[in-house]
Amino acid sequence: MLNIKGLKVKLEEEDKQILKGVDLEVGAGQVHAIMGPNGSGKSTLSYVLSGRDGYEVTDGSAHMGDIDLLELEPEERAAAGLFLAFQYPVEIPGVGNMTFLRTAYNAQRKARGEDEVSAADFLKLVREKAKDLKIDAEMLKRPVNVGFSGGEKKRNEILQMAVLAPKMCILDETDSGLDVDAMKLVSDGVNALRDEGRSFLVITHYQRLLDHIVPDVVHIMADGRIVKTGGPELALEVEKNGYADLMDEVQ
Amino acid sequence: MALPKAKTDATEARLSGLSIPEGGAAWAREARQDALNRLTGMGLPYRRDEYWRFTNPAEFLARETPRAEIALDAPGFEETDVLRVVFTDGVFDAEASDDLSLEHLEIERFSEAVTKDIHWIKGLLGVLETAGQNRVDRPLATFNTAFAEDGIVLRATGKVSKPVHLDYRRSDDRAEAVLRHVVRVENGADLTLLESGVGAARLNTAMEVDIADRGGFHHVRMQGRDHERRAATHVFARLGEESTFKSFTLSLNGMMTRNEVIVTLKGDDAVAHVAGAALGDGRDFHHDDTVFITHDAVNCESRQVFKKVLRNGATGVFQGKILVEPGAQKTDGYQISQSLLLDEDANFLAKPELEIYADDVQCSHGSTSGAIDETALFYLKSRGIPEDKAQDLLVLAFVAEALAEIEDEDLAETLRLQLAGWLERRR
Ligand SMILES: Nc1ncnc2c1ncn2[C@@H]1O[C@H](COP(=O)(O)OP(=O)(O)OP(=O)(O)O)[C@@H](O)[C@H]1O
Ligand SMILES: [Mg+2]
Repeated sequence: MLNIKGLKVKLEEEDKQILKGVDLEVGAGQVHAIMGPNGSGKSTLSYVLSGRDGYEVTDGSAHMGDIDLLELEPEERAAAGLFLAFQYPVEIPGVGNMTFLRTAYNAQRKARGEDEVSAADFLKLVREKAKDLKIDAEMLKRPVNVGFSGGEKKRNEILQMAVLAPKMCILDETDSGLDVDAMKLVSDGVNALRDEGRSFLVITHYQRLLDHIVPDVVHIMADGRIVKTGGPELALEVEKNGYADLMDEVQ
Repeated sequence: MALPKAKTDATEARLSGLSIPEGGAAWAREARQDALNRLTGMGLPYRRDEYWRFTNPAEFLARETPRAEIALDAPGFEETDVLRVVFTDGVFDAEASDDLSLEHLEIERFSEAVTKDIHWIKGLLGVLETAGQNRVDRPLATFNTAFAEDGIVLRATGKVSKPVHLDYRRSDDRAEAVLRHVVRVENGADLTLLESGVGAARLNTAMEVDIADRGGFHHVRMQGRDHERRAATHVFARLGEESTFKSFTLSLNGMMTRNEVIVTLKGDDAVAHVAGAALGDGRDFHHDDTVFITHDAVNCESRQVFKKVLRNGATGVFQGKILVEPGAQKTDGYQISQSLLLDEDANFLAKPELEIYADDVQCSHGSTSGAIDETALFYLKSRGIPEDKAQDLLVLAFVAEALAEIEDEDLAETLRLQLAGWLERRR
């Protein structure tokens, strides 16, 4: 599903190398987790995959299926089935959450040559998904993320994911800022979406999330590289011993 | 004080050969003659006037009417149930207009009203315009008082059930229009006035609005589609106790537009909201909103909310003033003017002013200029929304605060759709 090879990325404006050769392969239907110290390049990887400006790929490749992601505009990547749940969801005053979601949904359908969906049908679809995530209708009327609590913002990301039904979902610290119940809700939301046609890349600092969303593979990222890959037990090890031991071992 | 020679010369040149309209009643002749005298005294605006620092008045002063391509039919509140009043090339068009009759409303052509020996506009015509010549001269309005021949006269005596729509049309590519509207909203009455259309190659409109105690006046205006528009407009309003005045203008392109709104809050507890959104694309877009609000009573509220979206060398101007007279305690005055510059080539010039002679007042003003929020743009795109559409959403969001000033939701939606359509066509 997702195939990253030797990906090197620097900042466009500065001479600063952030990703120093990332190799990662996520199979269809799999859930992979990425853990790693602050500043190791996890969010950068997610931004580069989704096409944010400001980064320059100096080497390597990133494919989703047989699509060369790096060739596409962000909106084309989205229409092709890529989704990023942001570490810091963006507030957009003046744009209603519902308008935003429907515009996105229909734009993706249009890009794929499908018919647009009527406002009424769409409302029904969103209501249903929102109910599962315990997002109340009032929140849908408000401007995108404006005045949302940290946890509400994260739930809103998952709502968007549920509605847009992407193939490749990247979740950047969706668990941080969530209380225990919300974490359960969000995990249930993610688990409900798990199927053989859909893959997840879950970036997190906490093993706790991985109790709910059990990963097939866990990667450790440090200083712009994947330095170690293992099973779910790797997350437990990080939780117990921190990264220091791991680093020593790698070196 | 003697006027600078350049100004006197320009004024003489513009006025030579012009004379005040024939045939009015004595009082109307007097008002027009008085205006002409005042105009000669103050002179027409010229580039060195502080009040015209950001906008070159030359287009309004050229002797020859400029030629302007006949534009597409401007959209005009087709979805709204209105009493339609049509002016073609600046002249009332009875055939295209609805019957001039509506409950709680006296409605009459200006050109007829000024021929009557007795008419209520006698105490109003030129009166609010003259009173509005405070701190600065507004000679184009005085010009209008002197020379306007046609327009509409409205007197609301109760709640008027549907809006009156002034629909300006054009058939001549050199049409020059000078239109005068006079409005009186009686005690407790309520009137909505809509304006739209291309009007003339060069358009000068002035409106005097007198709102009695507890009266309400709502004004929603669309300027658009006539790219070569040169328009100088003035709205003068005087507000009685607990009365309401709300005016909103949406302007889409237009090479030279100056909209002045001059409001005096005369009765206690009155409310005045003046707002607008202007979108301009291209070096030949120049849009100027000039607002002057005088608080001359206790516990009044005023709001000015102006948004401009500019690109490709377009220029937007905002001059806004709040004057709080001695004794106008508990004044609540708010003013915001913001521009969204879609590229580095656009200009926004703002001059917010406060002049306050009372101590128990709350006045705030702010002016900002900014670019599209790149983070928000990326967020939208990452959800599959194409760049141009994402930008439109952010532009609409930016303008939303101004549109929210329109009380009637259906009218607000009509304008929002106009705006969205314009954005789509302009990609
Ligand atoms: N636009 C930018 N300008 C300057 N530095 C940047 C930029 N983007 C990323 N960096 C730097 O690149 C490094 C990697 O950042 P990134 O956000 O990818 O880390 P992360 O692994 O997601 O960290 P965290 O766990 O704290 O979220 C950091 O040192 C960060 O400061
Ligand atoms: Mg991060």
